Amino acid sequence: MELATVTAHSECPECFDEIHLTAVMQNEIVQCSGCGVDLEVMELDPLTLELAPEEEEDWGE
Amino acid sequence: MMRIGVLYSRVRPEEKLLFRELERRRADIELIDDRKVVLSFGGTSALEPAFDFDVVFDRSLSYSRALVHLRVLSDRGIPTVNRIEVALNCGDKVRTSSLLQAAGVPTPDTRVASTPQAALAAIEELGYPVVLKPAVGSWGRLIARVNDRDAAEAVLEHKSTLGSYQHSIFYLQRYVDKPERDIRAFVAGGETICAIYRQAPHWITNTARGARTANCPVTPELATLCRQAAEAVGGGLLAVDLVEDRDRGLLVLEVNHTMEFRNSIEPTGVDIPARMIDFVERVGAEGRKRPEGT
Repeated sequence: MELATVTAHSECPECFDEIHLTAVMQNEIVQCSGCGVDLEVMELDPLTLELAPEEEEDWGE
Repeated sequence: MMRIGVLYSRVRPEEKLLFRELERRRADIELIDDRKVVLSFGGTSALEPAFDFDVVFDRSLSYSRALVHLRVLSDRGIPTVNRIEVALNCGDKVRTSSLLQAAGVPTPDTRVASTPQAALAAIEELGYPVVLKPAVGSWGRLIARVNDRDAAEAVLEHKSTLGSYQHSIFYLQRYVDKPERDIRAFVAGGETICAIYRQAPHWITNTARGARTANCPVTPELATLCRQAAEAVGGGLLAVDLVEDRDRGLLVLEVNHTMEFRNSIEPTGVDIPARMIDFVERVGAEGRKRPEGT
């Protein structure tokens, strides 16, 4: 199995800063270096970012 | 070739490391986003995954989703890491405490009460400070150190008024005056593979809350205690959290069944994801050996 990844530029949907992402996967959580918000990679082609879901009460280890 | 399903909620550094390890081994894997899974009973659904796996590795962030999927996979005869019973035992602190006590594993002095009145009596008996924790919860979320009766009355009233029904059970622990650190040990199939100190000046020493990590030598005492704690909850891939009590020595705080480890590889020098995948493959291979229907 080979994991699909992409290296590309995108824009933070929160602060509109440009973000450069290296070898990111579908559903990977990345952080915007501009505003610090957590983003989720929703699509690889084209690279699409959305705000990551808020932490829920039953999340954890 | 063994077919491995990985159930996940979001791809954190841990999942990426695990996926990379599986990729390196050229494993036949399917990544299952737990937000998209549909399960069917009494009929068939095209939306349901094929579930044609030798083993499913649970990396769900969501405890409720994990319980649903582990239950159904188990009932369909698919081995999982960890098993549903282990997730149930680790996810509920009352169950964990009860099992650790039954196994003779030392833990902090703990009380469980069902009403604010009983909880206040238990707090007064334990003596201040006391730590109040949700019975189900993680990452140090919603835990409170209660230093005096005024604080106890306030926190109990807030919890009983504002909390969801899960907060109607009060899980109380005598505060352990630890040396600005606690210990997290990683157990794979009964072996304590490595451990870290989590250091923080704050009393909550959780890496999710910014604690620093350093290698903790796995002494025979630590290895034995962690193995006993892991066995008590049913075994598997587990992270055992411990505190060093100045009087009683090592005490087990809790056992985690979907452990985070991103900050533990570098200080310990142990390839934790590789050891985890070794275990998952072992469970898959064992599952294959079993006759149909067992």
